[in-house]
Amino acid sequence: MAELIAGKTGDWEMVIGLEVHAQVTSKSKLFSGAPTDFGAEPNTQVSLVDAAMPGMLPVLNGFVVEQAVKTGLGLNAQVNKRSVFERKNYFYPDLPQGYQISQFQHPIVGKGEIEIDLPDGTTKAIGVTRLHLEQDAGKSLHDQDPKRTFVDLNRSGVALMEIVSEPDMRSAEEAAAYVRKLRAILRYLGTCDGNMDEGSMRCDVNLSMRKPGAPLGTRCEIKNVNSIRFVMAAIEYEARRQIEILEDGGKIDQETRLWDTRQGVTRSMRSKEEAHDYRYFPDPDLLPLVLEDGLIERIKATLPELPDAKKHRFMGEWGLSAYDAGVLVAEQERAAFYEEVAKGRDPKLAANWTITELLGVLNREGKDLADSPVSAAKLGGLIDLISDNTISGRIAKEVFAEMVETGKEAAAIVEEKGLRQVVDTGAIDKLVDEVMAANQDKVAEYRGGKDKLFGFFVGQAMKVSGGKANPALLNETLKKKLAP
Amino acid sequence: MSLDNSTVAKIARLARIRVGADEQPHLASELNHVLGWIEQLSEVDTKGVEPMTSVAPMTQRLRPDQVALENDRDAVLANAPESVAGFYVVPKVVE
Repeated sequence: MAELIAGKTGDWEMVIGLEVHAQVTSKSKLFSGAPTDFGAEPNTQVSLVDAAMPGMLPVLNGFVVEQAVKTGLGLNAQVNKRSVFERKNYFYPDLPQGYQISQFQHPIVGKGEIEIDLPDGTTKAIGVTRLHLEQDAGKSLHDQDPKRTFVDLNRSGVALMEIVSEPDMRSAEEAAAYVRKLRAILRYLGTCDGNMDEGSMRCDVNLSMRKPGAPLGTRCEIKNVNSIRFVMAAIEYEARRQIEILEDGGKIDQETRLWDTRQGVTRSMRSKEEAHDYRYFPDPDLLPLVLEDGLIERIKATLPELPDAKKHRFMGEWGLSAYDAGVLVAEQERAAFYEEVAKGRDPKLAANWTITELLGVLNREGKDLADSPVSAAKLGGLIDLISDNTISGRIAKEVFAEMVETGKEAAAIVEEKGLRQVVDTGAIDKLVDEVMAANQDKVAEYRGGKDKLFGFFVGQAMKVSGGKANPALLNETLKKKLAP
Repeated sequence: MSLDNSTVAKIARLARIRVGADEQPHLASELNHVLGWIEQLSEVDTKGVEPMTSVAPMTQRLRPDQVALENDRDAVLANAPESVAGFYVVPKVVE
């Protein structure tokens, strides 16, 4: 789904690669025992290691290593049994060591691949170049004081996985689909909570423009884009900016830019430029990381069913469309909810009710599935009433609205309100006779060839029945009685 | 390999060490001596030898994922030139 952008000199193609920083879910930091909880008072989760006091030594968190291996396996990637931590040297007030411990030449995870779901129901494979472990920096607050910057080191030393993609994406939509899929995989694995609002997943966008089929152009890197919406907006803006420069005969400077959420533009971050000489070298405080025999296999055995596998199973086992299956597997809880609803019932009906009705309502009310007033068992109960003809689909929507409101069982609402469908042929005959008697002129017109009036009779009869007439039975009876 | 004064100035800048122009020739000469000494290593034939990242014949030891915070904020901030409301305070970093 390469989306070409028309310029003055012809069409342009975007080439996009993403670097995603994902905070590893762990109790303590990468190299220290300080906690990782979000939102603590400033500098209360800082060990002397994180503050880089002289003489402090880093000790690697074994669980974080396992989380990285697990993520690598979830990205269908090569896991490297031997990896090396290096120092990336630069000065910034929120980096007390004067270097970030990262992995450079020998990352823990190498090449992999994930499949993204596009809005038209097709999929596309996006290459993963590598995943490496590194320390997060602290947080600088520049807006608290006109002359000073405030620094909080709570995040300093928290374990991050930097996941680098190949430049395989060709539109903002594909980039968004990649971030969504990556987040879903990380959440399924439990290796990162994927919470972009709290900064536990952050995104750097690399973008260059070219004429279709031409060699790669010079790219710019847009740093720290912190929501999927901003990723798309930053890409759209930056593509236009680069096209404008190129079409005016200019050239793109390879540089780091910043997404300005307030103005909706990307801006050059000149201050970072000269810091680009990172002088990596192996960290002498740390030994090479060698994974013990059997660790990879042991972790592989604990992997859950991942979104793509689940999606394909939903399509095969339940006969769902690629789109519906994609929506349902986007979150693990949602997929589990659906499977509970679908079990022993019509799977497509279950999918429709879960997606269109329930997720629709939750979305409108800004609620999570966890806060749903209608449980999977209760939604299943409603579907049972539709399937055994106790209520029609139309009445079911009424019952559902009531369930959302009160949290009651469908059957209880149907009994209470007397919504049980009329399936008694005698009652329906009587209903139809009444409607025909009251509209004799229309009966004559219908019999005279005005077929369209059939809908009018259905509507009238349904109204008289209070919506409770069985639609199939009603249609059949009307046809029989109206026949000339 | 030989360093000139501008390279010395760049290294000093990267290391955030103030080096006056009058000190550069002297430092360039000293650094060149060190580099010459290290360059002797290239006389050794290292074909087929795997690059070494650590001299100890050991691999990394791991610690369990347990929270153990032995210091409080006052200890962390004790050496800070300035702090306000629990934050380190530094001269404004303009972005």
